[in-house]
Amino acid sequence: MKRKDIEYTTVSEVAGPLMIVEGVKDVAYNEVVKIRTSYGEERTGQVLEAFENKAVVQVFEGTRGLDTKNTSARFIGETMKLGVSKDMVGRVFDGTGNPLDNAPPIIPEERRDVNGDPINPCAREYPREFIQTGISTIDGLNTLVRGQKLPIFSGSGLPHNELAAQIARQAKVLGKEEKFAVVFCAMGITSEEANLFIKDFENTGALERTVMFLNLADDPTIERIILPRMALTCAEYLAFDLNMHVLVILTDMTNYAESLREIAAAREEVPGRRGYPGYMYTDLAMNYERAGRIKGKKGSITQIPMLTMPDDDITHPIPDLTGYITEGQIVLERGLHKKSIYPPIAVLPCLSRLMDRGIGKDKTREDHAGVSNQLYAAYAEGCDLRDLVAIVGEDALSDRDRKFLQFADEFEKRFVSQGNHEDRSIEQTLTIAWELLSGLPVSELKKIDETYIKKYLPPVKEEK
Amino acid sequence: MSEIVGKIVRISGPVIEADNMRGSKMYDVVRVGDENLIGEIIRLNEDIATVQVYEDTNGLKPGEKVISTLEPLSVELGPGLITNIYDGIQRPLPAINKQTGDFIARGVEAHALDRKKKWHFKPTAKPKDKVQGCDAIGEVQESTIILHKIIVPPDIQGTLLSIEKEGDYTVEDDIAVVATDKGDVKLRMLQRWPVRKARPVAEKYDPSLALITGQRVIDTFFPIAKGGTAAIPGGFGTGKTVILHQLAKWSDAQIIVYVGCGERGNEMTDVLREFPELEDPITHEPLMNRTVLIANTSNMPVAARDASVYTGITIAEYYRDMGYDVALMADSTSRWAEAMREISGRLEEMPGEEGYPAYLASRLAEFYERAGRVKLLGSKNKEGSVSVMGAVSPPGGDFSEPVSQNTLRIVKVFWALDADLADKRHFPSINWLKSYSLYLEEVSDWWEKTVGKDWLKLRNRAMALLQKESELQEIVKLVGPDALPPRERGLLESARMIRENYLQQSAFHEVDTYCPGKKQYEMLRLMLKFSDKIQEAVEKNVHIDDIISIKSRETLARTGTVPNEEFEKRFKSLEQEMENEFNSLIKERVK
Ligand SMILES: Nc1ncnc2c1ncn2[C@@H]1O[C@H](COP(=O)(O)OP(=O)(O)OP(=O)(O)O)[C@@H](O)[C@H]1O
Ligand SMILES: [Mg+2]
Repeated sequence: MKRKDIEYTTVSEVAGPLMIVEGVKDVAYNEVVKIRTSYGEERTGQVLEAFENKAVVQVFEGTRGLDTKNTSARFIGETMKLGVSKDMVGRVFDGTGNPLDNAPPIIPEERRDVNGDPINPCAREYPREFIQTGISTIDGLNTLVRGQKLPIFSGSGLPHNELAAQIARQAKVLGKEEKFAVVFCAMGITSEEANLFIKDFENTGALERTVMFLNLADDPTIERIILPRMALTCAEYLAFDLNMHVLVILTDMTNYAESLREIAAAREEVPGRRGYPGYMYTDLAMNYERAGRIKGKKGSITQIPMLTMPDDDITHPIPDLTGYITEGQIVLERGLHKKSIYPPIAVLPCLSRLMDRGIGKDKTREDHAGVSNQLYAAYAEGCDLRDLVAIVGEDALSDRDRKFLQFADEFEKRFVSQGNHEDRSIEQTLTIAWELLSGLPVSELKKIDETYIKKYLPPVKEEK
Repeated sequence: MSEIVGKIVRISGPVIEADNMRGSKMYDVVRVGDENLIGEIIRLNEDIATVQVYEDTNGLKPGEKVISTLEPLSVELGPGLITNIYDGIQRPLPAINKQTGDFIARGVEAHALDRKKKWHFKPTAKPKDKVQGCDAIGEVQESTIILHKIIVPPDIQGTLLSIEKEGDYTVEDDIAVVATDKGDVKLRMLQRWPVRKARPVAEKYDPSLALITGQRVIDTFFPIAKGGTAAIPGGFGTGKTVILHQLAKWSDAQIIVYVGCGERGNEMTDVLREFPELEDPITHEPLMNRTVLIANTSNMPVAARDASVYTGITIAEYYRDMGYDVALMADSTSRWAEAMREISGRLEEMPGEEGYPAYLASRLAEFYERAGRVKLLGSKNKEGSVSVMGAVSPPGGDFSEPVSQNTLRIVKVFWALDADLADKRHFPSINWLKSYSLYLEEVSDWWEKTVGKDWLKLRNRAMALLQKESELQEIVKLVGPDALPPRERGLLESARMIRENYLQQSAFHEVDTYCPGKKQYEMLRLMLKFSDKIQEAVEKNVHIDDIISIKSRETLARTGTVPNEEFEKRFKSLEQEMENEFNSLIKERVK
């Protein structure tokens, strides 16, 4: 009998998402396990710890119904693989990579280890092609480029899904015709939330350029650990073998992290901060770092992970570790949402680290960097003054300060706020910016080169 | 010596246990499994050795063999390091790229130093010369700017029996023979050194020369000395990497070793792309020609993060031993500490604070202790230095955590990054009230001799002004700015000038990115003069609003971007303009 045909019925312990099988031989670390329950249901697991005659297995679909008497385990002789093919585009898969739509299974061109290998830093191409999302706060202030990983930090009840759908709908590289292929990876979101995306993709015709991996709120939680790995393996194939520009949407990474914590707790590991495993940084990085560009390859992977910050707390380990890995972040804020500002992007804590190389002459516009810095400086000052006014009243302010205060209000109303279907060109975004800046004394525009001030600043409005 | 061959009995992530390993030593390198993965012994218990594996352990099985090499983890030292980029255990990434393509596969073998390349060697010693560790016996032009001294390994001493004549040799060719107490030793250009052991020195000196970085807030306010140590803690996105890149680009060290430890792949790519194109302000040669890169990115095996910092510092020490001033940047030491935590967790060691192992503090201290300005071994009484700058990434940006705290206990310079400043795009976001440098006195000597006699005085005045500003801000918060007397409002304006236009410095502006010492001094002098003039004017009842609308204020604010070749001329006319404007304001008022 071949080793991979042996069925072990020696399960000695089932605890949380874990199962221990005794008396096994030749089991590899991270090997995939096929499990059969006493009533014949098949499940999948993976070896977390391998001993000479024992294996600790995490069970993706959960351990409910497993027992230590009749449950059997078969070690299939390889680590987790995903069959990839160009036919995946337009299809929907579940957490173990099986089709969820009613179409026939795909015939893989190749089977790839879902963990992937790290891209050699020497092989990377530095991302710098501007993606116009049509959203002013992103394009103008936190520019996204092809191959970047830029997460959205949100809170429960905030419109991050609408925003992500809008980005997917509007994203384009100027002067290029190719559309983005979308890999959509849903981890523990509700079917309603998933439908929002599916409908949107349908309406815009994006569905036929989309691959979906779905694990919804009522699906097994441990599967969420493997799901982004499958989605990214698929994305790598599309980008680097089939030359596509891929936009990967991962939502919600908070649910992913909860599943990690569940495993760690079951293994009684020494916990890191707030109960999350000490290796969470590395684990997240293994996913997030699978974005980028490769020299000599046409395709690219741009990642937009989304997460809900527990308690709206940006220092919580999930957003914190994510921010330490990704190339910036877009932060949504409840306060703005309450003021009915869409998208409720809190500009100050946002960042795009790849912006500097993606903007400027021949890419967006020569004045872009200066304008962005100036908007930041002026808005920050306006916000500080708001706090001050709350205590001492507006009368205590100088003329200059009042102008900054007013600037901050106008900025939120006209620059941040825009329609859910409003697709602003970068020119439009910069035009609004200059109009707002014209409300400040020219001598305060120190972040912008004087030649651009002469060229772009609209004539000063007469005061009434 | 008989070979030690054990077998794997347990695999848990990057840690494995092997049986039958008796006779191995702690920290010996082992080859693990059928793919010959590289690992290091980190615990011995009777026959069982616990090994941290520097490569991905996916698919590894109990029963596979483990072979001990009986040697500690070492790096290869010799010509060919400069301009190269290595992973944590010194495998050359460009060579791996050629072998396995765009993605790094497991089990690849590649020599750190090219075995085929011939270097042009010139002897600088002759037979019968007495030589000892770190004495140079020859040299090789390694890059356009780096003359690689071929030095005698630290543990060798004797008489030179023979030395090859000038010519082209590979790193493995024998180039000299030394007669020692223990017999004749052949020397090659290639030498090896165990990474966890500091290379010995004759004596440690106190650092006293400034390491000039071209970054105003650092050089003027919180300077680091050659051979000194500095920490940059800060939450995500506060600017640690940008500062370290700036230091790697512009500081006046002769050799740069940049260690990317558990951070982003694109950041290493950025260095690889940019450094060959940037020009060193002193030698006018590409910056890459003095740089060695170590890249163990966050998605590479976690155990190799630990190795990467040691690999980096050992290479730094090697160039120091040639008499160079070396600067090492480590981004981020927190990822290294986390790697220790993860491995320690897998060993089920007793966890200390926040799960870090109890030896965290001593490991950090040992690492920073390898920095310093030193008298080298060798008969020539030469000096060299290694300066170390480490980023720290505290969870939630809170500095009270163990890695920040333990690091601050060791280093002499603290650049505290501030998320509020970063949010406002005040960069570098070094908080001027919390940061400090213990080298201020030592380095002021250099500034006063070469740049301006009153450098320290100016610096201290500016610092006092900023202190005063923060006190006044507290009052403003209660009563509003209008309620302050004109004198105080004048102070606020002066401080604002320094804060916004001296402390802030754009890394991305082609001129502002590097500010020479003399320009720093002149900018500061002019800004303090501006401050004096304001006080003089308010004394004469000039209204503060009239002062802030003068033209020279705006010109002064833009001094950072005045090209370095023109600044002396332009600053002179600015000073004149400023005096004129103030004089006419005062005149008008008196009228
Ligand atoms: N001196 C500077 N001039 C201009 N911009 C800067 C400067 N320093 C930082 N920035 C901006 O801040 C961003 C974040 O900086 P950086 O990547 O260095 O942060 P970090 O502290 O290393 O974050 P992490 O811990 O996540 O790696 C940069 O991409 C850049 O936009
Ligand atoms: Mg960084």
